[in-house]
Amino acid sequence: MDLNQYLEVFIEESKEHLQTCSEQLLELEKHPQDLGIVNEIFRSAHTLKGMSATMGYEDLANLTHKMENILDDIRNEKIQLSSEIFDVIFLAVDDLEAMVMSIAEGGNGKRDVSEVVAKLEMIENGESLLSIGTAEVAAAVELPIRESIEKSVYDEFELTVIQQSKEQGFESYEIKVSLREDCLLKGARAFMVFEVLEKLGEVIKSNPSVDKLEEEQFDHSFCVTVVSKESMEALQKKIMKVSEVDEVIVSQLELSELRLALNEVDDHKLIMNKENQKSNNEPVVPLASTKDEKTNHPASKQHNKTIRVNIDRLDVLMNLFEELVIDRGRLEQISKELESTELDETVERMSRVTGDLQNIILNMRMVPVETVFNRFPKMVRTLTRDLHKKVSLEIYGAETELDRTVIDEIGDPIVHLLRNALDHGIEMPEVRKANGKPEEGTVMLKAYHSGNHVFIELKDDGAGINREKVLKKAIANQVITEQLAATLTDKQVYELIFASGFSTADQISDVSGRGVGLDVVKSTIEALGGVVSIDSNEGKGSDFLIQLPLTLSIISVMLVEIQQEKYAIPLSSIIETAIINKTDIMNGHNQQVIDFRGKVLPLIFLKEIFEVPETIEEDGYYSVIIVRKGDKMAGLVVDSFIGQQEIVLKSLGNYLSSAFAISGATILGDGQVALIIDCNALIK
Amino acid sequence: MEEIVTSETVKVIVFQIKDKEYVIPVSKVRGIEKMMHITRVPRSLPFVKGVINLRGVITPIIDLRARFEIEKAEYDDRTRIIIVTLDNMEAGLIVDSANDVLDIPETSIEPQPDVIGNVATEYISGVAKIEKRLLTLLNLDQILNQDEVKDSVVKEA
Repeated sequence: MDLNQYLEVFIEESKEHLQTCSEQLLELEKHPQDLGIVNEIFRSAHTLKGMSATMGYEDLANLTHKMENILDDIRNEKIQLSSEIFDVIFLAVDDLEAMVMSIAEGGNGKRDVSEVVAKLEMIENGESLLSIGTAEVAAAVELPIRESIEKSVYDEFELTVIQQSKEQGFESYEIKVSLREDCLLKGARAFMVFEVLEKLGEVIKSNPSVDKLEEEQFDHSFCVTVVSKESMEALQKKIMKVSEVDEVIVSQLELSELRLALNEVDDHKLIMNKENQKSNNEPVVPLASTKDEKTNHPASKQHNKTIRVNIDRLDVLMNLFEELVIDRGRLEQISKELESTELDETVERMSRVTGDLQNIILNMRMVPVETVFNRFPKMVRTLTRDLHKKVSLEIYGAETELDRTVIDEIGDPIVHLLRNALDHGIEMPEVRKANGKPEEGTVMLKAYHSGNHVFIELKDDGAGINREKVLKKAIANQVITEQLAATLTDKQVYELIFASGFSTADQISDVSGRGVGLDVVKSTIEALGGVVSIDSNEGKGSDFLIQLPLTLSIISVMLVEIQQEKYAIPLSSIIETAIINKTDIMNGHNQQVIDFRGKVLPLIFLKEIFEVPETIEEDGYYSVIIVRKGDKMAGLVVDSFIGQQEIVLKSLGNYLSSAFAISGATILGDGQVALIIDCNALIK
Repeated sequence: MEEIVTSETVKVIVFQIKDKEYVIPVSKVRGIEKMMHITRVPRSLPFVKGVINLRGVITPIIDLRARFEIEKAEYDDRTRIIIVTLDNMEAGLIVDSANDVLDIPETSIEPQPDVIGNVATEYISGVAKIEKRLLTLLNLDQILNQDEVKDSVVKEA
């Protein structure tokens, strides 16, 4: 069977399941009693195991299997959660992620996971990673709990029901129904058993719960408790009539025994908790009995109904839509000329509908920043452990939507800033304490819409930026001169940390400052048409603000004419426009320049660079567009300005992907193609 | 080639350049367009005429006369752009006219003779003779050869 066609789906879904795993693990760390979360993780891991085995990624399947064993034990309360167990599971998830990434990049998904597997096995065998003490407790606890799973435990209410029915002449039975191994519709069979039982008496309890039976979340057997006047044999026979039922064991319940069992379980819980508290200080989860489980179960998360659409298809839809917009323009023109009311009305209606359509299509390409943010909590957790710091990450506005193309690019810069904040921003707990701050630092990540932009703010309550330190470093690294340093405002000083060749960490650490500075962040964001700024308060923390355009597929440009050809220049790189007299041009060294507001500005004659055929006589003036790349500027000489316009950015296609100084193309209202000039390639 | 004895046929589009007839398999053709406005792409290879807006997709256009180094001709009403696709890449080929779709038996396709007039032989994958018509099969891979395009950019840089 050719599995390649499923590979993409496999990778996407694996990523999703791993994401669920890490999210839920973090959640579980906060609420260790909540076994519902364990179930959630278990389900994801289980699906992942199945998928990877089908796809033939044995290593992936093996590791998931090991992890699943642990989760199963946690779920069945054989293992108690402790922070070292969390560490190992996180490690396993990390490895799984690395494997899936390797598959996504065309690798074979193989990876040496022996260390993690060994650790997982140790946990599974009840051996503690840190102290032998906990292992003993775990072993001691294991036995009675396992029994409690086998036999249902009844709470007070259920016991009362049983007692009352007995008084009215009903017998209580516990029935264990096992379905055949090859049974396909377990849920349906369970339902049929229930139907039989409800005719014969009343079902007062089932283990697992009825909901879970319906969702087929059980192995091959389940337990029901019924009160009925029928005999044990009659019950057994009638249930056996349901097809695919393998075995039915009916046992009569004795009230006195049940009461005893209930007390025992309670006692065990108490003893265990005490022992655990004595044996180690690690957070140990008190075991939840089956009856607690019910109340603790959060309603399983409601997932939005979505379908997966390839982004290429959306692009095609967008293209076709643009074609429609161009035709709409022509139609509007025609209807104006014909002056027919009926045609006018129809065209107007069509314009409205296409306007709505445009909004929907643009919205479809929007993705919540959540997809980028959701990997941060785990990253922060690992980092703070490595750095021995205490940091809590607060995320706001994860639902804020951005264009898919921006989302793909924005992840790395934020990771960089986040690492920077954790490494250089937040101080060590002792230092924080000494400075009268809470030991745990806070990093706030916030995303929000404002106008035509999306802002992402990263704020920490760490040490802030030391002006003197930055200046000293900048001078030492020859970023600025000493004379200039004295004249800079605080804000300008802070901006220096984005300069290339700058890193303030006294020591090069593993986390950030690997020679790659924040200048990379700045250039990435500027390449996206965004701006990054920084504010800081020494001793109180720093605040990074990233401003991004809502979408990269629609940009504002200045349309210009060079002879008879039309070109578009992105507004983001334009500073201003000017019309200059030919006599103002000076001849510099191999270069024509003008004096522009006291600065020498080199001129770039686009007509010559683009080898535009000359058909129109020139007059005595030049139209110049002043553009910048970083802090360098240049004047682009064109023939005339047409005006500012919002355009849809399109690629030139694979064949011409490396065209000189052209970053893409767009389709103008008249259906013709205009090329977009890449100013960065023109300024050396 | 002679030993292949099958009754398989290939459906091809027939078009003219100068006085010769060339063919491309229909499976590689996405459509045939009339001449439209072409936007020149600066500093590209001489045979790349520019790009067109093909129903919202920017498509590069290659002039086959220029590609084959045949003398230029004015574009007229019969000039067509054949949109071809190869390895996820779309391109338009300007031809003098395109007016026929033929089924040619695979058996009639022969390797190109050593001398075949003025078209550089590297662009040709074979010839087929059908009822006194000589059809030349084009080698699209070679016509859309990417290396040449990239080389020119490297040189300019």
